[in-house]
Amino acid sequence: MKLTLAAVIASGMVATSMLSACAQAPTAPPGAEASEASEASQAPEGSQAAEASPVKAPGQRIEVPPPPLSDGVFPCSFCHNEDLPPNRTRRPLVEMHGDLVLAHDVAGRLWCVDCHDATDYDSLHLAGGEKVSFDESYRLCGQCHGRNIRDWTAGVHGRRTGQWNGEKAYLLCASCHSAHDVRFKSVTPMPAPVPPTRAAK
Amino acid sequence: MKTVHLFARFVTGSVRLILRGNNLYWAWVAFLVILIGSGALAYAHQVHTGLVVTAMRDQVSWGFYIGNFTFLVGVAAAAVVLVIPAYVYDWKPIREIVVYGELMAISAIVMCLLFVLVDIGRPERFWHLLPPLGRLNFPQSILAWDVVVLNVYLLINFAVVTHILYRAFSGRHYDTRVVIPLALLSIPMAVSIHTVTAFLYNGLPARPYWNSSIMAVQFLASAFSSGPAILLIALQLLRRFTRFDIQQDAIDKIAELMAYAIFLNLFLHGTEVFKEFYSNAEHVFHANYWWWGLEGHRTLVPFAWTALTLNLGAFILFIVPKWRRNWVTLNIGCLATYAGCYIEKGMGLIIPGLTPDTLGEIYEYFPTMTELRVAAGVFAIGFLLFTLMLKIAVAISQGEFGDQAVVEPNGAPDGPLPEPSALPGH
Amino acid sequence: MGPKAEGADGVSRREFASVAAAAAAGFLLTACGPRRLQEMPREQLLRAIREMERTYAERYGTGVTVSDAGPQPGVEFAYALDISRCIGCRQCVYACVEENNQSRDPQVHWIRVLSMNQEEGVDFAHADPYYQPDQVPEEGRFYVPVQCQQCRNAPCTKVCPTKATWTEPDGIVVIDYDWCIGCRYCMSACPYGARHFNWSEPSIPEGELNPKTHYLGNRPRPRGVVEKCTFCIQRTRAGGYPACVEVCPVGARKFGNILDPESEIRYILENKRVLVLKKELNTVPRFFYFYAT
Repeated sequence: MKLTLAAVIASGMVATSMLSACAQAPTAPPGAEASEASEASQAPEGSQAAEASPVKAPGQRIEVPPPPLSDGVFPCSFCHNEDLPPNRTRRPLVEMHGDLVLAHDVAGRLWCVDCHDATDYDSLHLAGGEKVSFDESYRLCGQCHGRNIRDWTAGVHGRRTGQWNGEKAYLLCASCHSAHDVRFKSVTPMPAPVPPTRAAK
Repeated sequence: MKTVHLFARFVTGSVRLILRGNNLYWAWVAFLVILIGSGALAYAHQVHTGLVVTAMRDQVSWGFYIGNFTFLVGVAAAAVVLVIPAYVYDWKPIREIVVYGELMAISAIVMCLLFVLVDIGRPERFWHLLPPLGRLNFPQSILAWDVVVLNVYLLINFAVVTHILYRAFSGRHYDTRVVIPLALLSIPMAVSIHTVTAFLYNGLPARPYWNSSIMAVQFLASAFSSGPAILLIALQLLRRFTRFDIQQDAIDKIAELMAYAIFLNLFLHGTEVFKEFYSNAEHVFHANYWWWGLEGHRTLVPFAWTALTLNLGAFILFIVPKWRRNWVTLNIGCLATYAGCYIEKGMGLIIPGLTPDTLGEIYEYFPTMTELRVAAGVFAIGFLLFTLMLKIAVAISQGEFGDQAVVEPNGAPDGPLPEPSALPGH
Repeated sequence: MGPKAEGADGVSRREFASVAAAAAAGFLLTACGPRRLQEMPREQLLRAIREMERTYAERYGTGVTVSDAGPQPGVEFAYALDISRCIGCRQCVYACVEENNQSRDPQVHWIRVLSMNQEEGVDFAHADPYYQPDQVPEEGRFYVPVQCQQCRNAPCTKVCPTKATWTEPDGIVVIDYDWCIGCRYCMSACPYGARHFNWSEPSIPEGELNPKTHYLGNRPRPRGVVEKCTFCIQRTRAGGYPACVEVCPVGARKFGNILDPESEIRYILENKRVLVLKKELNTVPRFFYFYAT
């Protein structure tokens, strides 16, 4: 009884926070061209010009390029079907997916089925249980990363390409941030400028 | 028709005059011509390759040329040290020699304009500055003001000098209705050329070393310290090598005025030093770079202390009347103040103002050989112009060169001398 | 020869006539001669631009286009850079070099990335533009890229003696490369080190020229003139983002129309902690820096 009550309250709270997270501003027609997806963070080509207001309505689907899934893993249900019952126990994965580094947060609280839906591995799921497709994974990230999802919807978080006076071109969170091993790796900087010297060329 | 003939005689006579002189004269002229030739070759190299042959870069985008320009504007303004006693106080001893101050002003302005010309990236586009063909951003840009006041000052001095000398040449007295107003106008113009040049630097908040209210006053003080120094040396040379009799009173008075100017210059530098080091705000690093060096970069430090020593030494020599009147110490003092002001107004103003640059980077600028050669060439042009003009002017005022007088090869005038009242100073 | 006709102040008719003729010639030259691009009537400007295209095609061989796009009404550009995210990779620097046809040798960079100490904060006196570690971002450092701030109260346009640089209605400070005399007063006036001079002939390697240019922006420059960031005027007046915004791998750069209440820029100004560089100089930059996190 107490457990059910707690679950109801929890899902109610999660639903409210999700709704408020998506409650940005009014309408825009979907229709931004999706561009080539890539696993690394490269610039997609520019999108179409000047449509109506680019701001998104609450809960409105945002056009994003296809998610950058690794080769050969999708559809997950190829393996994760009736023949492979879900095992929700936290454990290091040995037989498959052992190459994955899961380092989403420093305290190591999250583990696979917190995001992946154990009953349907072709989907992800929100905290309340609602399934989201990989194409809408930003909704999942946005549950916890509220400031970032707000900024992202406004066009302020993440790489900006396209037209400043037209439709914003959005990238999926996963296009730049690996969902599993999240922290950006260091990169080699491009060369420093040449210091000025007295010698003429 | 008569005018044209007279003018033609003036021109041909002048040419003959400047082609006649003793060995010392020719040695001096040859020296200057060699410098001009070297400068011309160096400048040709600069035009061919670009300003990259100088040591200026984005971080220190003004250097030796603009430093020399700034210093020479002061020298030009220093003619006013003669004009005020001569025309405002009508003091005879200086009245006789005021023309030579104005000749120095003309030579100095010509050098200033040449230094700007060799510094800009597209010298063939200089006419973009001159209305009506060009566009002068007046009154917003202080550089536009500088173009106006420098050229007006040049024109005034040129008009006064040519009027006086040509009239003397043609045996007539100069027209006071022309000369007096123009000469009086040249006083505020002299102040204005150096004030406007100071404002060039003063008005840039991006450069805190320059953004100080005393700039204009300090420029004038150093101008009146260094400009008359050259004049004094030139006048003494004239007294020595020509029959020109310059009264000792005139020289004493100029030296006395210089003493006050040198004091003011030192005092104002002292106030700058106090403000920078006592306030000890972040931008003291410009002053630090000049006096002590920064992070091991010490290129300008010897120049800083040399300039200070020269200026202090000059002050001591000038402040004691006995030493002012002794021609040895006077001339040492003149050279000292000239060199001291040259260093601190030239390199000592421009480079520390730009080092470190606006983003904190230290690029050590020091002029390249090309810059030094071009600058020497420009100085040589100015000195040559001054020498030649002096030769003609002195000859006219001595009565050796005039419409009624034709100079004989042995130097004695032939024919009646012009009326004494026709000459300046009477 | 008859007596000279002299006026009271000694000016002869002949002298007057010659002066008048000179004045007339001057007037004609002024009316028909070379002019600042900003003042040219539209047809003359278009002819000048076609002439530029011909010259560049001859010199570079490719089909170089020079856009004459003017400012759009109701648009004033602004830029925002997130210094909580910049990792100092310098991708923006080199994207800009390629997009805007900057000289490779001598090297001209319109963007300068300064590495600063986190403990000391934004402090130019201790900034380092020459960092070259193996990996960025470095421990304890943060990065502040600096380029032209397109100031509303620009000190550079104020001091230019020939009006060769001015602010366009959409906020971009531009330079007329054919009018600039190279006096470099604007470089002394700029507090951000944003203006750069072509100390010798600029050189772009063969095949690396960006042929899509704008007459006030990235068309190839001659030597002896000043140049600087123009917010990629060739892109932004056509609705695109500047190259630096698009290439930034961490999305630290934002751009838009500050007059549009829905723009990213307005969102940033209203919701983030925003600062400008050297605010005490009252240059009122259109380039903002902010902390998104």
